[in-house]
Amino acid sequence: MGKIIRVENLVRKFSDLVAVDDVSFEVEEGEIFGFLGPNGAGKTTTINILCTLLKPTSGTATINGFDVVRQQNEVRRSVGLVFQDPSLDIKLSALQNLEFHTGVYNVPRSLSKQRIEEVLKMVDLWDRRKGVVQNFSGGMRRRLEIGRGLLHYPKVLFLDEPTLGLDPQTRFHIWQYILELRKRENITVFLTTHYMDEATVADRIAIIDYGKIIALDTPDALKRMVGGDIVTLKTENAEAAVAEISEKHGIEARQDSEGVFFEIQNGEEFIPILLRDFKSGLQSISVRRPTLDDVFMKLTGREIREEAGGVAVMKKQWAMRTAQGRGGRFH
Amino acid sequence: MSNLRGAYIIWYRDLLRFWRDRARLITSFAMPFLFLVIFATGIASVFEQDGDGGFDYINFVYPGIIGMVVLFTSIMTGVSVVWDREFGFLKEVLVAPISRTSVAIGKALGGATIATIQGTLMLVFIPFADVSLSVGGAFLLIALMFVFALSLTSMGLLIASRIRSMEAFQVVVQMILFPLFFVSTAMFPTMALPAWLGTAVKFNPVSYGIDALRQAVLGAQESAMFGIDLFGYRMPLVLDVVVIALFGLIMGTLAVRSFHTTE
Repeated sequence: MGKIIRVENLVRKFSDLVAVDDVSFEVEEGEIFGFLGPNGAGKTTTINILCTLLKPTSGTATINGFDVVRQQNEVRRSVGLVFQDPSLDIKLSALQNLEFHTGVYNVPRSLSKQRIEEVLKMVDLWDRRKGVVQNFSGGMRRRLEIGRGLLHYPKVLFLDEPTLGLDPQTRFHIWQYILELRKRENITVFLTTHYMDEATVADRIAIIDYGKIIALDTPDALKRMVGGDIVTLKTENAEAAVAEISEKHGIEARQDSEGVFFEIQNGEEFIPILLRDFKSGLQSISVRRPTLDDVFMKLTGREIREEAGGVAVMKKQWAMRTAQGRGGRFH
Repeated sequence: MSNLRGAYIIWYRDLLRFWRDRARLITSFAMPFLFLVIFATGIASVFEQDGDGGFDYINFVYPGIIGMVVLFTSIMTGVSVVWDREFGFLKEVLVAPISRTSVAIGKALGGATIATIQGTLMLVFIPFADVSLSVGGAFLLIALMFVFALSLTSMGLLIASRIRSMEAFQVVVQMILFPLFFVSTAMFPTMALPAWLGTAVKFNPVSYGIDALRQAVLGAQESAMFGIDLFGYRMPLVLDVVVIALFGLIMGTLAVRSFHTTE
């Protein structure tokens, strides 16, 4: 299998802000490749460069062998896009939206009818094809956009936060479509998300933070970086608990909003050992397998999900960054 | 070939939306009706006391009202790209494998077609305006409306490529559309205007578009007294068309260039 996407030393600056900071990676044909990171990490900027909507400040990127700066039309023909924000004409019917797409992508007229039927059936909207998009639910609109992105048989399908703002059930259905699609068409899927559970469907994941790729591997390999299971304790005195665990077992525990936690191999077997005369007023204890959230935490010292929520979180992020003295992105 | 089809489908979508929005079609009669049947009748009643030397104001203002409809519809349709951006649809267009030029051409033709249809609907007021228009004259009028509308839609596109918010849209209407309309030959003839206003009217390209429509509706003879004098020379229909076409060409070129650099 060849490399369908090649990105080398990609940089994109917006005046002083470095949104994409020297990013390099390759994507295999037929792969599901995930871009995972908090809001503002540079995911959408990267997608916009790859789909020719933005020019890189420096570096190169090719898709299907075509350069994203010099061979824009060839690149555009090679990719299908589902944007983070809706991009349907809500005043037109589902069918009319798809007809528009076959027109601007110059899908041969003799084929377009059949393809439109095919994708509408795939995303379960054939019965609603004459319905005006305005009356569609969020999930239906998303499905229609995914179907539209496939109409011109792209080599790569870009999905930028494809399930943002959708309810869990609809999210689950949309992922079913995407996975089935990959099986059937051997299409390459490039997705960005900040939902951890979604990222695990990818074959490989690049974790991106402040414009840089900080890890790139299979989900399992990434989770192994955490170093075992996560044990979380709720105690009356968190500081005392941390000290006690360190003293007795030589394990460095940390605190977060949930309580005290640490990583250990075979967590279930360790719990009885830990609980033998535990003094710091234990209220509850749990063991779980590591998630990508833990990987992100391990790599950055921050949680990814807490950053998904508005101004308060952003302020907190600012405070954390200042405290950590990591050198923010504004200079 | 793909660019041609791209421009066609963009044109087609605009017409489809226009057709789906028939309510707008009906409400679009309200303004010209108020201007022509109410306002013009009122003004005409003042003029008639003058006796001779006067002219039939309703007769005069009718082509101006057609011009008004074409002007407003064209600019509004051109600026509608702002809505496409707001609702995200513009992205679907901009990542498609067609050139920005064909996007702009498709949009300009779409807006011009809609404005021409709206302008043509104003022909229902012919009996009220008391003008006689031959079939050939009607076709000439429609062709002129189209050229006029194409230029103005290009101007709308240029504006749309430069504004980012819906709020700015209101400013466009107040600061560009209304002055273009009022400082033109639409509502009054140039002959008796004070010099400052007369000069301003001559600098407005819309004046020439409306003068062309007036010459087509009333005939060269009838409309001669309302014409625009440039360097002591009364503008004939052909030169009016040249002015408006040149204006459109400049606006169109700037619009295409602007779309290339801003998106």
